[in-house]
Amino acid sequence: MSRLLQRLLGRLPIGWLQLTHNRMRFAAALVGVAFANVLVFVQLGIMNSMGTAVLKPYSFFQADVMISAADANGLTDGGNVARQWMLQALADPDVTDGMGLIIGNTPWDRPDIDISLTTFGVDPAKPGFLAPEIAAEAHLLQVRDAALIDRLARGIRRDEAASIRPQSPLRFETQGRTLTAYSTFAGGGGFGGDGYMIVSDQTFLSLLPSRRSTAPDHILLKLRPGADVPAVVARLHRLISDPGLRIRSYANAAQEELTYQQTKRPTGVIFGFGVLIGVLVGLVIVYQVLSSDVADHLREYATFKAMGYGPGFFFGIVLEEALILGVLGFLPGVTIGASILTLMGKVTTLPLAVTPGMAVTVFVGTVVFSALSGAIATRRLAAADPADLF
Amino acid sequence: MDPSPIVEIAGLNHWFGKDAARKQALFDISLQLKRGSFTVLMGPSGSGKTTLLTLIGCLRAVQDGQLLLLGHELRGADNATLVRMRRQLGFIFQAHNLHESLTARQNVMVGAQVHPAVPDDLASRAAEHLLGLVGLAERVDYLPANLSGGQKQRVAVARALVGGPALLLADEPTAALDKDSAAEVIDLFRRLGAARGMTTLLVTHDNRILDRADRILTLEDGRIVADETRRGH
Repeated sequence: MSRLLQRLLGRLPIGWLQLTHNRMRFAAALVGVAFANVLVFVQLGIMNSMGTAVLKPYSFFQADVMISAADANGLTDGGNVARQWMLQALADPDVTDGMGLIIGNTPWDRPDIDISLTTFGVDPAKPGFLAPEIAAEAHLLQVRDAALIDRLARGIRRDEAASIRPQSPLRFETQGRTLTAYSTFAGGGGFGGDGYMIVSDQTFLSLLPSRRSTAPDHILLKLRPGADVPAVVARLHRLISDPGLRIRSYANAAQEELTYQQTKRPTGVIFGFGVLIGVLVGLVIVYQVLSSDVADHLREYATFKAMGYGPGFFFGIVLEEALILGVLGFLPGVTIGASILTLMGKVTTLPLAVTPGMAVTVFVGTVVFSALSGAIATRRLAAADPADLF
Repeated sequence: MDPSPIVEIAGLNHWFGKDAARKQALFDISLQLKRGSFTVLMGPSGSGKTTLLTLIGCLRAVQDGQLLLLGHELRGADNATLVRMRRQLGFIFQAHNLHESLTARQNVMVGAQVHPAVPDDLASRAAEHLLGLVGLAERVDYLPANLSGGQKQRVAVARALVGGPALLLADEPTAALDKDSAAEVIDLFRRLGAARGMTTLLVTHDNRILDRADRILTLEDGRIVADETRRGH
């Protein structure tokens, strides 16, 4: 390592030699940096999984425009929309079809655990509004009390889910009715529910009789291929006389919910704050290590100054140390962080993992913040006065 | 050898502190050091020896008077110039100030590589050669923790000499050395003076060295009170 660094730097790797001289302290410094990395990875992993979980239900449907109530900050949030606005929207020449989407929570008392499934009521005659995997099974929903259930839902055994087929359906009781799951689709537990279920709008209204088909939660619209979505949204704003409704492209609606969940909801803010704390902990640890290292070697640095070494040389040594700590601390950090997230993912069924993007972000962040800590630590070098050596 | 003096000082004054606490450390110092000469600076503690050494060594800013080092005026010189000038000097401090995590060879290499063009292999060979000259050929890859006090001081001597300094400034360089080692080190300074024109300015109380000096300067209360040139050296 020493020879490799000597070749890379074109000089003695003084930073490396200095760090490794006291192996216990070096190991402790690496543990500190790795710990900060683990903190950031876990918080980022949870934040990422929140993003994935928020966007997941949007992937069950295919639409160009979504009309929601004024207070609907998310798919499962807010009031209802009058169905009449769908008919009004269909008057636009670029709007080719519309579907009301009804959403509610269905409790399911399982033998070992009680779970809650976020349930979508859809029109099975309009499979074009459903993702291909779900659309392929939409015809099964035309049977009363039929359901498609989430095979990745929390509380449903994987082997049990795998055996659900039209020939071997799973019957279960909920809300005083017997539902029959004929097939499954891939969802997964989120922060709001244990999984998802899709039923026909008629079955949905039987399960939740207080709901009305004339007042869905959202209205999904399909546009003519090649239509200018923002232009249609602008026209719909003029066409629909209720100014309080949120009329957005489907993609924007998903993005706005993600932003809302991450920046306005307590959970998102807490996880974001956790990332910040991790970064600050890392910054403080690296600064502390480098700063005390500089303080311990002030006489040597003063000697180098007397010999004619300039500020760039000292900054180079401290930067070298910072980068070594950043890179070597990252390796155990990413390994432990990934292991913790995998374990947490298994327990919670949340989509928790270290993604390549996350790994690159944390690595670059670690190196940048380590360098920043190093730059701050070099300020102590000013105290190394060579005139004091005599 | 260039006949011009390596150090020319005229009317040099220096103060420490400010306002009421201001205290003058050097008074109207004027002297010249010839290239290749071996000068000993003597004087009681607090006489201004160290202040003079640090001013000549570009480690302090010249406040008043003229100080020419290698023909360059140091009064008013910017920091970059002072750093550049220091590269032409060799320093030996009373405390060896070796880098504890570097081997003897690496400590000496640092002295060579202050000149940016010196590659690793050349610096390593030069370090080995100098360590051999100070009697540490068998200890080149030892860390300072595994060297005796005298050996550490000899590494510091090698480090000061490896860059081929024009002027060597040394503060009690033989204090930690036994009689034979001290004599060898002083001989080395004198040989380098004769061969390369290296000038030596050395602070010491060691009478063994006084006998070998070309010139002995004595400072008292910030003033040169004696300037004795020895014949026969």
